[in-house]
Amino acid sequence: MSNTNMAALLKEGEAASLRRQRVVQMILRVLVWAAAVITVGVLVALIAYILIMGIPNLSPKLFEWEYTTENVSMMPAIINTIVMTILSLLLAVPVGIFSAIYLVEYARRGNKLVSVVRTTAETLSGIPSIVYGLFGYLMFGVAFGWGYSMLSGAFTLAIMILPSIMRTTEEALKAVPDSYREGSFGLGAGRLRTVFVVILPSAMPGILAGVILGIGRITGETAALIYTAGTVAGIPTTHIGKFPILDVLASGRTLAIHMYALLNEGLYMEQAYATAVVLLVMVLLINALSSLIAKKFTRS
Amino acid sequence: MKSLKENLMHGVFLGAACVSILAVALICIFLFANGIPAIIEIGPLKFLGGMRWKPLNDIYGIFPMIVGSIYVTAGAIIVGVPIGILCAIFMARFCPKKIYPVLKPMIELMAGIPSIVYGFFGLVVIVPLMQDIFGGSGKSVLAASILLGIMILPTIIGVSESAIRAVPESYYEGALALGDTHERSVFRAVLPAAKSGIMAGVILGIGRAIGETMAVIMVAGNQAVIPNSLLAGVRTLTANIVLEMGYAAGLHREALIATGVVLFVFILIINLLFSLVKRRDANE
Repeated sequence: MSNTNMAALLKEGEAASLRRQRVVQMILRVLVWAAAVITVGVLVALIAYILIMGIPNLSPKLFEWEYTTENVSMMPAIINTIVMTILSLLLAVPVGIFSAIYLVEYARRGNKLVSVVRTTAETLSGIPSIVYGLFGYLMFGVAFGWGYSMLSGAFTLAIMILPSIMRTTEEALKAVPDSYREGSFGLGAGRLRTVFVVILPSAMPGILAGVILGIGRITGETAALIYTAGTVAGIPTTHIGKFPILDVLASGRTLAIHMYALLNEGLYMEQAYATAVVLLVMVLLINALSSLIAKKFTRS
Repeated sequence: MKSLKENLMHGVFLGAACVSILAVALICIFLFANGIPAIIEIGPLKFLGGMRWKPLNDIYGIFPMIVGSIYVTAGAIIVGVPIGILCAIFMARFCPKKIYPVLKPMIELMAGIPSIVYGFFGLVVIVPLMQDIFGGSGKSVLAASILLGIMILPTIIGVSESAIRAVPESYYEGALALGDTHERSVFRAVLPAAKSGIMAGVILGIGRAIGETMAVIMVAGNQAVIPNSLLAGVRTLTANIVLEMGYAAGLHREALIATGVVLFVFILIINLLFSLVKRRDANE
């Protein structure tokens, strides 16, 4: 074999390997783009389908105050969702913020308790909502004797969203520069005052973004509520004299449960579409609000 | 006076921190105390290994549901993991700067959509599609796997993306300097270094898939037998609880709580795996 032949062969081999490399390169690029397109495609398809099919089914009748079998109004369920959100937040937010304050501002380095709290919070966030539902039913419904009630549901949801509020608050507190703390201590403020007057206000946007995400979870929750808050349609009320007031010890269905009940009965597909639209729009707004606040936070 | 207030609030903060410990303890106590007696009464082998679930005849075997949960979770992994990881790679290393600010919130939104809405979408879109293509009722292992695969995408993408971003830039630059292309540098140098982080994301996804309830009920068909094909109906552990808890009484009710205990133990094992993988990641 002559030298020139050899060189030609080598060159050809090199060209082939280059070509192969270029093909592999192409394939990989197509794969990652395809994955992104599929993911976005599914999301867009889901939102578009529900909006297109659902919006024509929205009617003022579905927002009347009374729920009847002829008119399965979602208004009571919307009110219940708001009540449930407020109750759950009242329970979860103070505990979540205080416990994050302990972990970040009070606990000393290498404190054993901190790692135990972190581990349990991580465990809590991995527990599926149906298990929370079972637990809430057994503890609040049966052991505490609250039965199917808004209060049972609120306590269950509060425990469920606690880890995410703790985590976001922790992150927000850690993001506050140490110079703030030093400055406050230097001016003679105590630890408590430093926390409430200096640190919490500057961590507030981060905390708020976390709380809003918690609201999103409460709004969409079903499995944890079916056997705690129950499925009674209508706003739970009791009467003091003649005045109707909210009865948190009675059952009431939130919007997500309302939708589940409609699908389960199978008679109200159109109304289920309409409910899906309202639920989806609520979640869209909640998410937008949360990321807006988070963005403001990172800018400052 | 001032120090009294300080100490008092210190105690309050400490107490709040202990709430999550208390919550985990209570969940364990209530589930185990209500579920274990039923398992003993039925017999652990008969309960866990029993092939038949016939509450009317007092026969409580949850083996079909255990298998059902494993099937749909495996299906979700097959559907969701490749797409999720590739999408995470795209977001971390391939995404044009103009697309990213749109893409990221979309993935976050995907995580925020309620499972009942996903279930509804599955019921009115995926199930009829299955009917058209394969015939039959359409409610099947396959439909549940696809829907769950979609639902675990944001979890896998989120965790994997931050794992890939956490790989030091020098890995990528080193591979480039040795003459690799952009694609090869990402796949051969960056990706292997992010392996355990991505693994943690997959495990988290498994946890979500196995615990998902409302969406699965809508599309799985819920027959309490071991499915003999991808197109057969299937009932998961989660579905078993929600479907029958409403009217169950006596031993039936306790058997359902025991189903929850089995699910809970699965989740605890998955959590343990997750923290082990994460710890290994931190040590590396």
